[in-house]
Amino acid sequence: MSTAALTWRQYRLERRMFWRNPSAAFFNFLLPLLFLALFGAVFSSDQKQLDVIVPGIAGMSVMSTTFSALAFNLTFLREAGILKRIRGTPLPGGAYLGGIALNAITNAVVQITLVVLAGRLFFGVHWPKEWPELALFIALGVACFASLGVAFSHLIPNFDSAPAYVNAVFLPVIFISGVFYDVSNTPVALKDVAEVLPLKHLIDGLSGAMVTGAGLGDNLTALAVVGAWALLGAVLAVRGFSWEGRRI
Amino acid sequence: MIKGMATTQPAVEVRGLRKRYGDLDAVGGVDFRVEAGEVFGLLGPNGAGKTTTVEILEGYRSRSAGTVSVLGHDPERRERALRERVGIVLQSTGMYRQLTVCEALTHWSRLYPHPRDVDEVIELAGLAGSRDVRTRRLSGGQLRRLDFALALIGDPELVFLDEPTTGFDPAARRAAWDTIRSLAQLGKTILLTTHYLDEAQALADRVAIIKGGRIVAEGAPSELGTGGSRYRVAWREPDGTLVEHETDDPTTLLHDVTAAALARGEQLAELSVSRPSLEDVYLDLTADESEAATPTPAVPAP
Repeated sequence: MSTAALTWRQYRLERRMFWRNPSAAFFNFLLPLLFLALFGAVFSSDQKQLDVIVPGIAGMSVMSTTFSALAFNLTFLREAGILKRIRGTPLPGGAYLGGIALNAITNAVVQITLVVLAGRLFFGVHWPKEWPELALFIALGVACFASLGVAFSHLIPNFDSAPAYVNAVFLPVIFISGVFYDVSNTPVALKDVAEVLPLKHLIDGLSGAMVTGAGLGDNLTALAVVGAWALLGAVLAVRGFSWEGRRI
Repeated sequence: MIKGMATTQPAVEVRGLRKRYGDLDAVGGVDFRVEAGEVFGLLGPNGAGKTTTVEILEGYRSRSAGTVSVLGHDPERRERALRERVGIVLQSTGMYRQLTVCEALTHWSRLYPHPRDVDEVIELAGLAGSRDVRTRRLSGGQLRRLDFALALIGDPELVFLDEPTTGFDPAARRAAWDTIRSLAQLGKTILLTTHYLDEAQALADRVAIIKGGRIVAEGAPSELGTGGSRYRVAWREPDGTLVEHETDDPTTLLHDVTAAALARGEQLAELSVSRPSLEDVYLDLTADESEAATPTPAVPAP
């Protein structure tokens, strides 16, 4: 079988296993909607705030479905010895990782769709204005956070510590990157940190495509920063990759 | 020509294999051959270098020195063509918890060019009663059977079994042995590591005893015990002292000793002739530093 066909088969298997754990799948998709509902209720009188939150939570969804999920899952697969078992079969490594990545990307797309729908139906946010731009930023954001998630999994020593490691990155980053509020009001130091990281720029791009209608020309910096992190993530993901858990 | 050569080619050939971790030789110059169709046992205490050796052959680790050939390939190059012909049972590995036995084997079978029939493999591995059970509900013994089944699904020529029964109760061990014997009957070449002497004796056509990263003895289990072909003749003197003689010629010794005793009108109490068993050889060879983490001085193989 070709590598493409094997990638597709692995993807189908990952999807099937994802839905085999329905409660996990349910909460996976519920979480961004829950955030949207909570913050939507808080800011329901202020359309400007709602216009910030919807692309913000879309950006958060990209990060949680790719970065957090991959860092978490790969740590588990490595520690359980499943990666090592796969490594002993003829399945090419690229086909296996491709299947896993496609699975994460599917979750990202589903979540963003839910967020856009909910924003339109319940919070009076308009339909996205620039569809191609939206697709471009989702694709780049997914590539960026997926590769960073794989790279980050190399730093996690074992599965027990995985939630702590993942949340130690995920929570501060969503906090300073303008998921829940307009970052122009935050302290300069935090803003500087957020400027260097990719999530704030991804949200800028999503916001431009979904809400303000700012063209790609206005978001070139965002494109460049997310693209640079995607490149760095890809290099680190490939170079440090290990198929075996550490022996402790 | 090439066909003729292929039939005489050993399944595994290892020469001067070394694996160095820092200053430590985990494997310190190992040579052995596994012929096609043979069950070869790598026997040794924990930490002897068995798993390191076998994981180099499986392509998981690189070697520091030496040459290694597995079905004519260098495993370090990790060619797909080799992995299609090899089945691996690792010492301990997990499995996707949400798949049934049948689903897991079906998915695995598509990775190989000429897989065996899924239901046939389920039967062979003794999993017929668990065909549609999710793997997270399987017992430890059943999971080990699934390991065998997954290693077998691609119809490999060569199967690596790394400590296949460690931690098993006696009944589960017997069942696993039966499965391994049926693999051998299918004509598979099997390289198994174990630290159980009886397992090597029960399953292997030939055994290499490895200790401190070196092979200290090699041969058929029945031959290994007779290294040096020494016989031990022992008896108890009338005054109660136990006398032991080692000899290559027990016939003459017995004749002399018994003739002398009869001439004196005495009986030789507890007279016995014995050959060292594989267990004696094994315990003797691996006696000191059975948990050896440090390289030991070279012990010449007999």
